[in-house]
Amino acid sequence: MAVVTVGGAIVSLEAKELVYGAIGLAGSLFGVATLFFLLNAPYVAVFQLAVYIGAVAVLILFTVMLVRQEGWAKEVRPKSTTSVAGVIAAVAVILALTFAVLATDLSRYTVIANTATYVDVGRLISTGYAPVLEVLALVLAASIVGALALSRVDRDGDAS
Amino acid sequence: MNSLSDFVVVSALLFGIGVYGLVTKRNAMRLLFAVELMINAANLNFVAFNQYLPYQEASNAVGQTVVLFSIALAAAEAAVILAIVVVAYRLHNDIDVSEMKTLEG
Repeated sequence: MAVVTVGGAIVSLEAKELVYGAIGLAGSLFGVATLFFLLNAPYVAVFQLAVYIGAVAVLILFTVMLVRQEGWAKEVRPKSTTSVAGVIAAVAVILALTFAVLATDLSRYTVIANTATYVDVGRLISTGYAPVLEVLALVLAASIVGALALSRVDRDGDAS
Repeated sequence: MNSLSDFVVVSALLFGIGVYGLVTKRNAMRLLFAVELMINAANLNFVAFNQYLPYQEASNAVGQTVVLFSIALAAAEAAVILAIVVVAYRLHNDIDVSEMKTLEG
């Protein structure tokens, strides 16, 4: 599953066609959802499947397919200095984080000690984190209204 | 694939790939993909640490709760970014971020 996750991530960025990239992203998100299942967090996993695969990936796919024209397909090849810098930055980040992890004794923890179920998650959301939930609902509503207002088309066909 | 460090290393790989995408790509959709990958790396870390190292008692779900909020936030962010991309495409016929200079001072 780690292979699916990382491979999908690479495909999403390196696929020639943007549609294949979107599908690769969906594969990577699916891999992360299965990792959540492996971590004994099925509620988060199902939430990830519903929101990411069900909403975000489909939204991206629809946007790519509906609006795709020449301008989308055209991708300026990055300057070679930029790609070299990107690869160096990525390798540096990965190596630094990996060695930092391997230097600790995190591999000692092989048993999933947490027994929290969706009941605990729900209790936490509806008690201590209730204000966060309210604010998050406002943020979601505001962002949806903002997205609609942004992409509105006037009768004349002008973009507003 | 069953110790905490494995999950953290996978998360580090995802994050590194996201950094690579952010540095090299000029297409707005690719940048969105890269940002989503990095958010997922962070979420994976939250859940992994929460499941292997519960805080105080074994039925603590703070990490899972935070990840639920994070997923919802990422969905809102993706919707706004897609709207901006569609508008930018209408205005410029292009979604190359280095061409978007309208707001440049």
